[in-house]
Amino acid sequence: MLILEEIKERLKDKIIDFYQHSARRVYILIEAKYIKEVARILFKELGLRFSTATGQDTPKGLEILYHFSFDKTGHIISIRVLIKDKDNPQIDSLATLFPAAEWIEREMWEMLGINFIGHPNLKHLLLSEEWPEGKHPLRKNVS
Amino acid sequence: MSHKVIIPIGPYHPLQEEPEFFRLYVEGERVVDIDIVIGYNHRGIEELSEHKHFDQVAFLVERICGICSTSHPFAYVNAMEDLAKIEVPERALYIRTIIAEMERIHSHLLWLGLAGHFIGYNTVWMWAWRYREPILDCFEMICGNRNHYAMMKIGGVRRDIEEQHISFLKKTLDEIAKAVDMFKGAIMDDPVIKARLKGIGVLTKKQAIEWSVVGPTARASGVNIDVRRDDPYGAYDRVSWNVIVEKDGDIFAKTKVRILELYESISIIRQCLDKLPKGEIEAVVKEIPSGEGIGRVEAPRGECFHYVRSDGTNRPIRHKVRAPSYMNVASNKVSAVGGTISDAAITLAAVDPCYCCTERVAVIDKSTDKKIMNGWQLIELSQKKTEIIKKIFSKNK
Repeated sequence: MLILEEIKERLKDKIIDFYQHSARRVYILIEAKYIKEVARILFKELGLRFSTATGQDTPKGLEILYHFSFDKTGHIISIRVLIKDKDNPQIDSLATLFPAAEWIEREMWEMLGINFIGHPNLKHLLLSEEWPEGKHPLRKNVS
Repeated sequence: MSHKVIIPIGPYHPLQEEPEFFRLYVEGERVVDIDIVIGYNHRGIEELSEHKHFDQVAFLVERICGICSTSHPFAYVNAMEDLAKIEVPERALYIRTIIAEMERIHSHLLWLGLAGHFIGYNTVWMWAWRYREPILDCFEMICGNRNHYAMMKIGGVRRDIEEQHISFLKKTLDEIAKAVDMFKGAIMDDPVIKARLKGIGVLTKKQAIEWSVVGPTARASGVNIDVRRDDPYGAYDRVSWNVIVEKDGDIFAKTKVRILELYESISIIRQCLDKLPKGEIEAVVKEIPSGEGIGRVEAPRGECFHYVRSDGTNRPIRHKVRAPSYMNVASNKVSAVGGTISDAAITLAAVDPCYCCTERVAVIDKSTDKKIMNGWQLIELSQKKTEIIKKIFSKNK
């Protein structure tokens, strides 16, 4: 329980919603503008490991879940952000904080068309260089 | 004046499960930069999964990897059981654990063989693969397939391990334990292998954390993580075993971690077989509610991560898959740079990605665009280095 209390304490008013699905699975909703600050606190200060991120197209907007793993207790803290502007979605890049985020941000950029501000190497990862611009396979309006 | 040469490694080979392409930038003997290109085998499995029934997805994700083929369905069913809060019968948890550890044994032996081949120890290659065969035979006995075991299903397992299988499996484990003793002696006490692998392809603890590497790659760099212990699933919290951690972060440490893990896997399977409780092997699962779930498994290469979201229909609305190599391969950017070309093949292979890619290496002179070397020659170069070290050692005797 200790690590959850500490995260609550450190993130405080940045937390919009705190949801514990099961003993070791926690989802925290924050505003997209705080992501870099929150990731810095979790990764650099509290020593969580960056597992991966899940980007998805939802009716409300583009959602990213940043999954952080606290290996001492087996918790996965998933930080949820919602980017409402689907036409020009953007968010701060975490790749400048830790290189582990570099690939997954490139993947979300090509699959969902999210622009990661400040990413050092934002180019195709899984799709071919010849992939048509503006077509994002994981957007729900793409068939 | 420095003369920069680019060495492309990859991307395709029929034997690779994940094609990748390394472009090595070389000055003289030294690798000064590396560009990693992946995605050649991108099949859109995450998108495909959204069009399959929850039960079918287990078969789909089993096809992601041909070597650790049970890790993905295992992580997927863990995610689904987290989502729908399903209680799995004890016997099924033990059977899942046995299958996962058998897979670790065959996967580590496969790596050991190829690593041996890369540095010119072809006997290690032959022997490691010879002892991998009986494990595949056991798989065939239990589930009818040498690979793609199709054992995992939401709420349990598809097949039971029968009484007559247990004695055969135990006998095979005894045989493999003796072989691991042999490998441990032949590899860890060999001065030439030590000279060849110590201090090569180092990934420091700080780098390992920054790149968030997982599995034996992380544990060899002193990062003490293992999903089996940290976030227990299956029957791992019901048996006793150790997490193997080394400090040096070089290829020797990675090799040592994998060899010692073989002992732990054998011990886990033996304990599971002894404790195997009687009873059902699957729970009845009727409907999957809406919600989200995360499942993790310690695959032979590290943490395998699955996230599933359901909207109450019979198909996932989003399924995220992150294989361990996704984190580990990226870290080659730091571990291979600074080394020599003769160490490149084994360094890139040390995170246990796909080895065969290096058979397609071509060394090209940047100024003339002329091919200097092909893949076999790069492996030969690596093997020759071992020969030279062997000669030095025999002279000193």
